[in-house]
Amino acid sequence: MDTIFALASAPGRAGVSVIRISGPGSLPALARFGVTDPVPRETLLRSLRDGQGALLDQAVVVYFRAPASFTGEDVVELHLHGSPAIINATLRELGEVPGLRMAEAGEFTRRALENGKMDLAQVEGLADLIDSETEAQRRQAQRVFSGKLGEVVQGWRRDLLRAAALLEAVIDFVDEDVPVDVRPEVEALLARVSASLKVQADGAEVAERVRQGFEVAILGAPNAGKSTLLNYLAGRDAAITSSVAGTTRDVIEVRMDLRGLPVTLLDTAGLRETEDEVEAIGIERARARAEAADLRIYLLEPGEEPRFALQPGDIALHGKADETGDPEGISGRTGQGIDALVARITRIFADRSALVATATRERHRLAILRAMGYLATAQEMLGQEMATEDVIAEELRSAIRALDSLVGNIDVESLLGEIFSSFCIGK
Amino acid sequence: MMGLFHVKHSNFDVVVVGGGHAGCDAAHAAARAGARTALVTLKFDGIGVMSCNPAIGGLGKGHLVREIDALDGVMSRVADAAGIQFRLLNRRKGPAVQGPRAQADRAVYRATMQKEMTSFPGLEVIEGEVTDFRMDGNRVAGIVLADGSEISAGAVVLTTGTFLRGLIHIGDHSYSGGRMGDNAANLLGQRMDGFGLPLGRLKTGTPPRLDGKTIDWNILDSQPGDEDPVFFSFQTKGLEIRQVSCGITHTNAATHEIIRNNLERSAMYGGYIEGVGPRYCPSIEDKVVRFADKDSHQVFLEPEGLNDDTVYPNGISTSLPQDVQEAYVRSIRGLEEVKILQPGYAIEYDYVDPRALDSRLGLRDVPGLFLAGQINGTTGYEEAAAQGLVAGLNAAKEALGADPVTFSRTDSYIGVMVDDLITRGVSEPYRMFTSRAEYRLSLRADNADQRLTGKGIEAGLVGEVRKAAFGDKMERLTRGKSLLEDTKVTPKVLNSNGIKVGEDGKQRSLYQVLAFADVEIQHLVDIAPELAELDAETQAQLKKDALYATYLSRQEQDAAALRKDEARVIPNSFDYSGLESLSNELKMKLQRVRPANLAQAGRIEGMTPAALALILARLNRENREKSA
Repeated sequence: MDTIFALASAPGRAGVSVIRISGPGSLPALARFGVTDPVPRETLLRSLRDGQGALLDQAVVVYFRAPASFTGEDVVELHLHGSPAIINATLRELGEVPGLRMAEAGEFTRRALENGKMDLAQVEGLADLIDSETEAQRRQAQRVFSGKLGEVVQGWRRDLLRAAALLEAVIDFVDEDVPVDVRPEVEALLARVSASLKVQADGAEVAERVRQGFEVAILGAPNAGKSTLLNYLAGRDAAITSSVAGTTRDVIEVRMDLRGLPVTLLDTAGLRETEDEVEAIGIERARARAEAADLRIYLLEPGEEPRFALQPGDIALHGKADETGDPEGISGRTGQGIDALVARITRIFADRSALVATATRERHRLAILRAMGYLATAQEMLGQEMATEDVIAEELRSAIRALDSLVGNIDVESLLGEIFSSFCIGK
Repeated sequence: MMGLFHVKHSNFDVVVVGGGHAGCDAAHAAARAGARTALVTLKFDGIGVMSCNPAIGGLGKGHLVREIDALDGVMSRVADAAGIQFRLLNRRKGPAVQGPRAQADRAVYRATMQKEMTSFPGLEVIEGEVTDFRMDGNRVAGIVLADGSEISAGAVVLTTGTFLRGLIHIGDHSYSGGRMGDNAANLLGQRMDGFGLPLGRLKTGTPPRLDGKTIDWNILDSQPGDEDPVFFSFQTKGLEIRQVSCGITHTNAATHEIIRNNLERSAMYGGYIEGVGPRYCPSIEDKVVRFADKDSHQVFLEPEGLNDDTVYPNGISTSLPQDVQEAYVRSIRGLEEVKILQPGYAIEYDYVDPRALDSRLGLRDVPGLFLAGQINGTTGYEEAAAQGLVAGLNAAKEALGADPVTFSRTDSYIGVMVDDLITRGVSEPYRMFTSRAEYRLSLRADNADQRLTGKGIEAGLVGEVRKAAFGDKMERLTRGKSLLEDTKVTPKVLNSNGIKVGEDGKQRSLYQVLAFADVEIQHLVDIAPELAELDAETQAQLKKDALYATYLSRQEQDAAALRKDEARVIPNSFDYSGLESLSNELKMKLQRVRPANLAQAGRIEGMTPAALALILARLNRENREKSA
């Protein structure tokens, strides 16, 4: 049985964050952090150290011995200081421990169930989890597959599918009209994927994409107070604010940490009919960016209807409350209503980010590293005459499985599809 | 009349309808499992007919035949007896993907199979046309023959191939029928319609059969068999009949021109066919159209027997009219003067969506009725026979009131095929490939007996002769393996014996050393002289087992988790609509597939661990309520 781990508390900045580890490898994992003296059901304050001996955090460590635990297995809980940096480093460290892997959504619960630790009523509570996970995964997939990174990932899929199809074709369709030696082409394909994976693992555009966090577009008519709001939230003069309508002609991005969640605010050109060509381009961009953002805040003038199709969950508010005196409105000048707005934004994202934020980044990085290992073995074998196609194909299958969450499922039907469209099979 | 509806005792435990490859292994398996079995066929002569190409085995398919053999089935023995050319495919690509294949003498195959069907105690062959089932409520309890007589049975296995609305096409002519010359059994088809089973339509094709006496063999390349033939059966010791070679020729630009000019006269391209054909077995029309840049395709000329001049030209199946077939065949080198004995044709037919079956190959909604072979949307003799074995065995178990015996993706290609069929269904005639098996490195043709014969013995399928031979073989393997595992050596010892390893100071067992690609047992004899006492067969098998040992331990964890989920049985009556937290989409998928266990549920697209947990929780509660 694998040992699994995951962040058990809500993501983002908090006083305390809890990482839960469950399975036979829990204690060995704890020992790797330098903690070798856990006592069941006692809280111990311990220094957690990484593989190099550097201090990760001072944490409260709790050990629950099987079967007296949430899952019925050996469970270790690490109560860490709630900073994304510490959580990341700890998750990363756990990912390096052999036999440990990050839990899938619902997996702790599943184990608890299997070991008779939970009843159906408790499990029914999973409903919301399933929905939000599915939504988070869908969004995450969209993120990974869109834009430049999407092209990179599609490239991996294409190359891996082709390489696997070539190997499977010479295995399953010998005697047919397939090339006799596919090794050089497979070798070239794997070299290309490996190199690209390495770039991602090192610099990690994947990581970057997730680290950017959520995008929030601020929309409204010209001079509705958008830039003032942004500046207030950012605490600095990121966008030029002036009372001349139409000042913001391009999209301005400010990255910030909103109560521990990584958020990028987009200040956009005011939406209005215009004959100014430059401003019209700005408005077009504003609309496009706003469409793609995760959330839109529309600042309304009194009596105004939004000039933009808002999506469910979006926020429409009256701005410039300092001028209008609207008690329900907000103001970037006085700060009125801002706390409530921030709370609302973070609540929305915390719900959506169950999977997305740090966990996804770490999951992807680990997946890439695992795949690189299998590919390296496969590449080495391709050069050895003694290594047979069956084992090379097995290494490649393992690499593809590892990258499943990134490149999508490559099953036997996709392989056969590739084979039948490339070669004339059928003697 | 009253009496007929109240027959108290079955005439038979199991009735198998159809004497093709599925029917033969189904009937034999049912009889081996202790059921009084009747094989009912239209014509005795039709038993064991190879209606497509005269070959058995290949990649994935050869694995299936080995598994049939490990369970003491018939196809393997019969194919060995009829083999006129044996080739082990992928000799240089690793034992896991090596598949035995043989050209068979059609007449010998048929005669040998007929003998098998008439010489096994408890198995009886009945000639007759089945026109209906005997029903006991909604349960199939036997069959009705065309002469009005009835046979009652505890379970019925239907292996009637392409009989459901079978339609044969040659060019723009089409007529109803099973195989050439057979009558499609359409009365029974009406009864099947009454069950309201989900149906689909498929098609497949054959090439024209040629007269070998009119082929100019002298100018053609030939492909001989292997010098050291590898057989299908673990019990076959040597060749039984004379061996022959196949011829090889190629289509050319002129061939393709003739086909292109007549495309609209092809049943396929003229729009007469609605069924979906297999992508891996396209007609020559398809090849010419889809791979227009290729000006030549390979054609294997396979002799159909030692005393038969018929030749099966593999690679040019067609549904063109006869005159066009003649023209294009004669444009091929070596076939300039060839005589066509029987034109090629395409056949389309209905199949039952195999998602209506459970893992015993019984219909979930029609108790007592099992299906095997082409009727389930598969193609190939081997796929059919393997399904026949599963269905026949479980029909026997049901009739005798014993527990079902099912197969897993972790133990066999049979398990892979059954699971693919019942959870994913088919979109083209299903054929086995080694790439379908995720545990390919452990599911090898060479270890089929190690994987399955024990299980077969438990299921009561294996006869005394095989049981004894298997016990003896396992004993030798166990002795050899422990000898290898118990002998630990240092790198220094290995290097001084000519086996290169790094001086890492690590002790290795000889079993680990044997895993090195270039090490054979004979290289280890100086280190452990007792190894020399092992016979050659045991030595070779230990080498193959050792070769994959590291991969097996890597896969074992996955396989163990899978087996655990397979043990969580979901009853057929499980109500997914009661699981409110599941999305409607998932509920519908689950309701349609009705997975037999949690592992199958997990393979449904879109399933998450959380959703599985929900199903599991409900199962636990139902089990508790039942036991309370």
